Amino acid sequence: MAKVLVVAEQRDGRLKKTTFELIGASAAAGNETHVVLLGDGIQGLATELGHYGANTVHVANDAGLKFYTAEAYAQVVVALAKSLNPDVILAAHSPTGRDLMPKVTSRLGVGLASDCVQASFEGGKLKVRRPLYAGKATAEVEFVGAGPQVATIRANALGIPKPDTSKSAVVSAVAVTLAGVKTSVSEVVQGQAGRPDVTEASIVISGGRSLKNAENFKMLEEAADVIGAAVGASRAAVDAGFRPHRDQVGQTGKVVSPNLYIACGISGAIQHLAGMRSSKVIVAINTDPEAPIFQIADYGVVGDLFAVTPALKDELRKLKDH
Amino acid sequence: MNIYVCIKQVPDTETKIKLNADNTGIDTAGIKWIMSPFDEFAVEEALRLKEKNAGSTVTVVSAGPVRVVDTLRTALAMGADNAIHVDAPETADNYRVAKAIAAALKKEPKVDIVFTGKEAIDDGAAQVSQLIAEAVGIPYVTVVLNAEYSADSVKCRREVEGGAIEVVTTPLPALVAAQKGMNEPRYASLPNIMKAKKKEVKVLKESDLGVSDADQKIRYKNLQLPPPKQAGKKIAGDPATQAKELARLLHEEAKVI
Repeated sequence: MAKVLVVAEQRDGRLKKTTFELIGASAAAGNETHVVLLGDGIQGLATELGHYGANTVHVANDAGLKFYTAEAYAQVVVALAKSLNPDVILAAHSPTGRDLMPKVTSRLGVGLASDCVQASFEGGKLKVRRPLYAGKATAEVEFVGAGPQVATIRANALGIPKPDTSKSAVVSAVAVTLAGVKTSVSEVVQGQAGRPDVTEASIVISGGRSLKNAENFKMLEEAADVIGAAVGASRAAVDAGFRPHRDQVGQTGKVVSPNLYIACGISGAIQHLAGMRSSKVIVAINTDPEAPIFQIADYGVVGDLFAVTPALKDELRKLKDH
Repeated sequence: MNIYVCIKQVPDTETKIKLNADNTGIDTAGIKWIMSPFDEFAVEEALRLKEKNAGSTVTVVSAGPVRVVDTLRTALAMGADNAIHVDAPETADNYRVAKAIAAALKKEPKVDIVFTGKEAIDDGAAQVSQLIAEAVGIPYVTVVLNAEYSADSVKCRREVEGGAIEVVTTPLPALVAAQKGMNEPRYASLPNIMKAKKKEVKVLKESDLGVSDADQKIRYKNLQLPPPKQAGKKIAGDPATQAKELARLLHEEAKVI
């Protein structure tokens, strides 16, 4: 058994599902699971963390934590880590986790295994594997020296456990005194409402240059909305100006591993495959039967995406309506 | 202004990865090395800032074996003034590299701003920028799409999840890590490439920077290539039949919908 500290994440008062993945994996291994929750006006979220298996929730509630800044959040996490002295610290490899955790490990003087795609506990030790070259290879990470093992874990890598409302956590208030915070967030401009981020979604539907223009991506968006999917794009589609860069999947874009990846009109250049080949189930829809994408697709549809995608949307809706 | 850019040499994105004999790294034979694409945005941003502030200098820094000097020369050819090669082993981890680069920066007379790419495309760790900033003792802003500079601060628009943008302001000195799209990196002209070949590259050893094997915090082992995937089922028929069968398989067989 290990003592584990999970850095929880919430945005606008809603917990991230990656937080549940981390708590669930720690609790399932029988660890003493501590969670630190940071924000302003977030005390009410502690109960839900208990349902997923947290033993203790350390709530850091302060006006200075309303918006995420690495400087403020690191002060809280580092102080708690020093007092709890955990064996393992876990965070999501999310925009927040990846920005924050290097500062935390630097201050603790330990290493960081970032963007891990596998994580398990063996004899009280964390065992992780992470991708290299955007998933063209993976490596096991050996932690050298003393101090906690710290890792950030990619979304969907561990799976979300079923919450158990009979479980509850001890809630402990963290005394917050922030000092020397130089960065300030003046505004958060919201992105597209209602559609998940490609790195967090459990289903991603991506389009390539064969979509021909930005307008045709509406077809993918409509199918995506039926099943709560994110919409991604190949580098070719992004470079052609059909989609913003934030949607790009591949080695110079986002690396994703959803439960289902549907590639529409994407031939499968090596750098796109690197960004999505760890998806659990891959579907390819392409007119060219020789396209490399079919070599890694679990289900291949050789056909015209302009005919297949709308028909697929209708079929998915029928499934959802059942 | 004294402007610094930390860059990394990585295998070209087209590289087919092969593992070395003991599976602790990759076989580097025959690899074409390039500047990590996100670092190109960092170099360009530094050059633009220099052009707006007369009397500024841009110094590029890279850690790694001697081959990284080629990538430093690429940055010199783009227009950087000085280059520092931090001689570090191929296997140095993020912590060790960041400590060495930070120590090199601290040897410089004055640092006003440091640019990096938001991550390198080889290990994709997205750590070194933050680790350098922390070791130098300056704030950082990562995944920056756009920055506005004033005499003593920088206002950044940074990308967070779901396409949301955070507007973050930090006083200088600070580190800014570039996201793709921050600018349009320039190409080096042939005369500048020739000139860059003759420029001096300063070399610092890990021992000059107080860094040693003791600073190695993680090591890679048991590298694996992704398991070869069996090409899956091909779904035949007209589009309506294909769509119906695909939806059925995703629901009943793969159980992902």
